[in-house]
Amino acid sequence: MRDKILYVLGAAALILLARDMVLITGFPPEINQGAIFKIIFFHVPMAITALTCAMVAFVASILFLITKKFQYDALAVAVTEVGLAFLAGNLITGSIWGRVAWGMWWAWDARLTSALVCWLLYAGYLMLRNAIEEPTQRATFAAVFSIFAFIDVPIVIFSIKWWRTQHPQPVFWGGGSFPPDWKAVFGWQMLAIMLVGVVLTAVRLRQEQFQREIDSLRRMAHAL
Amino acid sequence: MMAFLRQVLVIMAKDLRAELRTKEAINASLSFALVVLLLFSFAFDPSEETTREISGGLLWIVFAFAGTLILNRSFARELNNDCLDALISAPIPGSALFLGKALANYVLVLAVELIALPLFGVFYNVRWTSQFWQLMMVVALGTWGMTVTGTIFSALTVNIRLREVMLPILNFPILIPALLGAMQLTSALVAGKPITADNEAWLKMLIGFDIMYTAVSLVLVETVLVGG
Repeated sequence: MRDKILYVLGAAALILLARDMVLITGFPPEINQGAIFKIIFFHVPMAITALTCAMVAFVASILFLITKKFQYDALAVAVTEVGLAFLAGNLITGSIWGRVAWGMWWAWDARLTSALVCWLLYAGYLMLRNAIEEPTQRATFAAVFSIFAFIDVPIVIFSIKWWRTQHPQPVFWGGGSFPPDWKAVFGWQMLAIMLVGVVLTAVRLRQEQFQREIDSLRRMAHAL
Repeated sequence: MMAFLRQVLVIMAKDLRAELRTKEAINASLSFALVVLLLFSFAFDPSEETTREISGGLLWIVFAFAGTLILNRSFARELNNDCLDALISAPIPGSALFLGKALANYVLVLAVELIALPLFGVFYNVRWTSQFWQLMMVVALGTWGMTVTGTIFSALTVNIRLREVMLPILNFPILIPALLGAMQLTSALVAGKPITADNEAWLKMLIGFDIMYTAVSLVLVETVLVGG
């Protein structure tokens, strides 16, 4: 049953992505930036998905520390990995855009820098997990670090914002305008990328579950 | 409350005494600070103008690297003879153990910094004392942030593989806002400009960072020490 839901969700995500892609290529190029502007349809949804993943990881880590149930630990590691992948996608699409619009791959602008710092924070989380063998200790320490990292995200964003800003003002909440049909496609694209995130997380969760089953079987075999 | 303070002081005194008798961490940290200061002189032309401009970045990188060596030893020192298990099972709260260790680390890291600072002035020919007390305040605040997260991560990494490597990998990204603020303020202060309304926000951020991470560490330290 769960497998079937997963397949359906995955298929829905793929169809949505394909449909959006066709629509997006059909749009006329943006007046100032040309075709490269359309990267926003991937860049922004990836950023939002990554941020959602960080929030879920934070909540799951707290729940693990309270309940000591391993499914929360599995959820935390699954969303962190998926979020890290999306954040990497966000950084890479941003870099490609910057090469065309600014003429350079990287600028030490506020948003770029804070995204990179967040990426490093959560990469540290995964490295910490890798370094610990014992499951309970791994889950506990990782949860503690995840809480530390999540609290840091707003401080990083604000401090680096004071430091410097070069990133274009957000199209949606400040300044710029988006024609209505673009807005609709953007909404669908947001949904599609979120769905990809959900499917990937579910797959990773299952993996984590199997891993635990294998571990317990192995322990049983050793005990015999 | 008094009992708690006494427990904190006992742990702190124990750590400082152990360190002052062997001097292993503080010697390593000091010589490392010297090496990094020396290396920086090759990285750029150490004229007074350029040095002033980047003094904040330079100093805090030295402080963070040298501090890591001290923080790494904080809990690792207790592994021999199972001292760590004894400390954890001792009838004191985990937060007292943590605060005691954090304060001991704080004193040691500050000591290294206060030696490195005049050395920086001598080597790079910079008169850094014109805003002495404000600079001391920034050093004190930035170092506390570094020590409090460093101490809890030292407890987190003490039992795991690659301990020495993991501490900076975990600690530095978390510290970026604090280091950034401290660097900005230090550069201005070394250049002789006092803290004004322009850069006051950094000071507030630094204080907020310290308070928040001290609170979160105190809440979570018991979980870390018992380790599930």
